[in-house]
Amino acid sequence: MRIVLYYFVGLLFGLGISVSGMINPAKVFNFFDVAGSWDPSLAFVMGGGLAVALPGFAIVQRGARPLFGSGFLMPQTSVIDLRLIGGSAVFGIGWGLAGFCPGAAIPALGTGQPQVFLFVAALLGGMWLARQPWRRIGSGTLRAKS
Amino acid sequence: MTETAFTPLVSAAGGALIGLAAVALLALFGRIMGATGILAGAVIERPKGDTSWRWALLAGMVTAPLLYLITTGGLPVVTVTASTPMLVIGGLLVGLGVTFGGGCTSGHGICGMARLSPRSLVATVSFMIATLITVYLVRHVFGG
Repeated sequence: MRIVLYYFVGLLFGLGISVSGMINPAKVFNFFDVAGSWDPSLAFVMGGGLAVALPGFAIVQRGARPLFGSGFLMPQTSVIDLRLIGGSAVFGIGWGLAGFCPGAAIPALGTGQPQVFLFVAALLGGMWLARQPWRRIGSGTLRAKS
Repeated sequence: MTETAFTPLVSAAGGALIGLAAVALLALFGRIMGATGILAGAVIERPKGDTSWRWALLAGMVTAPLLYLITTGGLPVVTVTASTPMLVIGGLLVGLGVTFGGGCTSGHGICGMARLSPRSLVATVSFMIATLITVYLVRHVFGG
């Protein structure tokens, strides 16, 4: 039952990604290409998303706990450091080169294009690399290896 | 470069669905809808007894284009213009970046901003600026 609900949340998310145009790298490039073939559509994705999520999160978090589960599992860190800013910037460079972000590439797999599988393989490679022993470089805020 | 049509209403509607999915995941299970964390948990970290929900969610995401096909009669357009080396380098950088940055467009950009997290605002501004500069350099300086 819960597994089915998780599936439908994923389906809803993927449908939103598909409908919005986030799934299409050409649209991503044109959103950022303000000096060229600019297509501002993707600003409306964040606008539509936050129009629902801002009041939605506020209402939901007013409750004591989620429908299934004992509490809200929120990110525990609030640290703003070089790791956050630099990591995000590296993500942005990759997004600007390939045109896919993780939340868009996963639904894009469902269209069956081999290039998407290549991107996701490289994405997983990068995520794996970042977890190797040298991952503590440049940060004083990481937890000790567990 | 491929021209794309300006689609404010459809994009806003798609964004609303993304927001709805994030609110639903929080209301049902108290979890943050971040693609980075869900993917890493399912494929790389694999905490014991805590992976099936992630796979179910990923399965929903991957099958969404089929639902789109059934309802609209066509698959969503995915025009990949990046070369194979750029896809691989881009993928590696995205993977490294989202891990160190602790999130991506869904986790920081939608959920974090909806929680009014200053950390997520900083992350979102950082990756948006980096992407803007990268696309500018690729298209207008190196003539991609």
